[in-house]
Amino acid sequence: MIPLSWYLILSAALFSIGLFGVLARRNAIAILLGVELMLNAVNINLVAFWRYLDPVQMTGQVFAIIVFAVAAAEVAVGLALVISVYRNRKTVVADELDMMKW
Amino acid sequence: MTILFLITAVVILASAIMVVTSRNLVHAALWLVAALFGVAVLYALLNAGFIAVVQVVIYIGAIAILFIFAVMLTRREMRDKGPGLNKNWWASALVSLLVFGGLAYLLSSWSGFSQASAAFPSGFDAVSALGDALISPDAFVLPFEVASVLLVAALVGAVYIAFNPRSGDNRK
Repeated sequence: MIPLSWYLILSAALFSIGLFGVLARRNAIAILLGVELMLNAVNINLVAFWRYLDPVQMTGQVFAIIVFAVAAAEVAVGLALVISVYRNRKTVVADELDMMKW
Repeated sequence: MTILFLITAVVILASAIMVVTSRNLVHAALWLVAALFGVAVLYALLNAGFIAVVQVVIYIGAIAILFIFAVMLTRREMRDKGPGLNKNWWASALVSLLVFGGLAYLLSSWSGFSQASAAFPSGFDAVSALGDALISPDAFVLPFEVASVLLVAALVGAVYIAFNPRSGDNRK
C-alpha cells in the first residue's frame, strides 16, 4: 500500500512547479496556468488526508469540491481580465502592463 | 497499485514542467490537460471516484478549454514573440526549490508522515456519504450554498469585464 508521504511529496513538488510558473512566466495566461497547478496540488493533499486520516468524515472531499468551485471562479474572472487588458493594450505580457507603476 | 502511482506521478510532474517551460501557449494548455488527467487518476487511486469524475468534467472539460479559447483570443498570430520566461527566472527557480525543500522538511518532521491508509468500514459508500454531507444542515450545506453564490457572482463579473461595449451595440 502506498504511504501518505508519497502523495504529500508529489503534491509539494507540483506546488513548487506551479509556483515557478507563476513567478517566471511572462505571459499572463501562462501565470494562470501555474495557479491551476498549485490549486491541483492543494486538492491532492485534501483528498489524500481524507483517505488516510478519517475516511468516514467527508470533510476533505467537501473542501476539495469547494476548491473546484473557487478555481472555476478564479479562471473565469482571470481570463476575462486578460481578454479585457488585451483589448485595451494589445499585449498580455505581464512586464508591459505597467500603467500603475510610479 | 504502487507501479500505477509511480507512473502517474512521473506523468504529472513531467507534464507540469512542460506547462511552465513550453513556449507555445497552446502546447502549455494541452500539457495542463495531461497533468489534470494524471491528478484524476490519483483521485481514483485514493477511492475518491466522484472527485475524479468532477476533475475530468470541470477541469478538463471546462477550465482547460477556456484556457485554449483565451490563448486563441489574445494572439493575432499563432506564435510567441520573445522568451517565455522573464529575466529573473533563476531567482524564481531558487524560490521554488526553497519552498519545496521547506515543505519536504516540515512534512518529514510530522509524526503521521508515512502512515498507512485508514480502512473503510464495511458497507460504507463514499459517494452517498458525500452527497449527504453536502446537503445535510448538520454538515456542509452552508459552505456549499456560499460556493454556488460565489460562482454565480464570479461568472456575472466575468461576463461584465469581458463584454466589449463597442462591438456590443450593433443590436439597435
